[in-house]
Amino acid sequence: MQAVPILESIGFGLTIQRLCYQLIEDHGDLRSTVILGLQPRGVFLSRRLRKELRRILGHNEFLHGELDITFHRDDFRRRSTPLAPSSTELEIGLDGRRVVLVDDVLFTGRSVRAGMDAMLSFGRPSAVQLLVLIDRRFERELPVAPDYVGRWVDSIAGQRVIVEWKEEEGQDRVLLHTAGTESART
Amino acid sequence: MSDTLSTEHLLGIRELAPEDIDLIFRTADGFKEVLGRPIKKVPSLRDITIANLFFENSTRTRISFELAEKRLSADVINFSSSSSSVKKGETLVDTVNNILAMKVDMVVMRHPDPGAAVFLSKHVNARIINAGDGTHEHPTQGLLDVYSIRERLGRVKNVKVAIVGDILHSRVALSNIHCLRKLGAEVMLCGPPTLIPPHAAELGVKVEHDLDKALAWCDVANMLRIQMERQDHSGPTFFPSLREYSMRYGLDLQRYERLGKELVIMHPGPINRGVEITSEVADSGASIILDQVENGVAIRMAVLYLLAGRIPMDAGADRTRV
Repeated sequence: MQAVPILESIGFGLTIQRLCYQLIEDHGDLRSTVILGLQPRGVFLSRRLRKELRRILGHNEFLHGELDITFHRDDFRRRSTPLAPSSTELEIGLDGRRVVLVDDVLFTGRSVRAGMDAMLSFGRPSAVQLLVLIDRRFERELPVAPDYVGRWVDSIAGQRVIVEWKEEEGQDRVLLHTAGTESART
Repeated sequence: MSDTLSTEHLLGIRELAPEDIDLIFRTADGFKEVLGRPIKKVPSLRDITIANLFFENSTRTRISFELAEKRLSADVINFSSSSSSVKKGETLVDTVNNILAMKVDMVVMRHPDPGAAVFLSKHVNARIINAGDGTHEHPTQGLLDVYSIRERLGRVKNVKVAIVGDILHSRVALSNIHCLRKLGAEVMLCGPPTLIPPHAAELGVKVEHDLDKALAWCDVANMLRIQMERQDHSGPTFFPSLREYSMRYGLDLQRYERLGKELVIMHPGPINRGVEITSEVADSGASIILDQVENGVAIRMAVLYLLAGRIPMDAGADRTRV
């Protein structure tokens, strides 16, 4: 499998910063908007956004949570093994609140659909937006469109986009993997 | 870490690998979180139909399974032997095959005969979950008991657990012993010699007939129910009187305070208050009896979810008979 970096170091940091400023533009000081990261990989982006927002805004009073979508996926029993869940950390109710769902890569739209389904178990938000670091805009399988996008990537089904994080993999970067005939969906 | 069970049915703990138990516990953690949400329902099993077949009386296990199934969005049908053709002489396999003809994917069964669940798994084409088969096993009770210990103490390995009371007739005891031993806990059985099975030592457990010594040894005391229905005087009796049993093997506040240490107190229910345990102890901070009930739903959701995940999507076309 061949890997080509499509976002690295300074560009990566600038993209995160721009997403934060876009959030501030729409949500002010973000004290009343819930930042909700989707497990397993979206939570790294939501944590990084909070860290950057704290630096920019000078406060740390963000409403936030991490949401596991395993039991709401539409591919249960279509996989060879059932998925074991990640943890959900959400101490606040979502009734009447504005929510920004956060995920690292948007591709088919199925994870986001499952995320919205899981989110509604915690109440009825007044408005929901979607923020992604990477939007693989081709081959969407559901009518899902992001409100905030770090980078658009035009890729084909056989390719795979992986976001790596300094906290997890040692460096911040986005890689485009091209496999032979292997079908990979993120 | 494995993401799939090594078995297609849950017939007993004895057949499970330690990794299976670990996977069930991790999945139950997820469902425990779901059960704390404002909306406590997930759609995972919405295309699955489950039959609850209870050939023996049960209240809490049946309700716990039914709630777990409904929280997972499964379709549920309930069947009890008192209102069925079993009374007209129908065999177990015929009864179950008739139910499966209605496109049922999973069967949760309680039956008075040991081995009934294993028998059924060999003769019908559905996933079988044993909800208690005679004096053999009650695997989901064993899992939820050990899960509750893990939750309270943060570990199971090297924990010392005393199981007290009627071990001889107890499927709960056997499932607990298997589950605890597989996860590295130490187990002691305590009760009058008439209620301790003669083969106990082969299970790798200690045996003690003095409750005070057993309590001094253990971190966790699981006080089993005295099965009153087996004391009906038409057959053999296992101890002279309830009063004598209660004096020697009942846990009251005086006995507990004399220990001078913290214990975790468990009971699988229903409690005979004042016989195996008094109200002061059952309702004290040391007791995790209600946690056991709450965890029962999460454990059963995990078992149903993991077993259903192994049913292929194209099943159902020819599921009615083997």
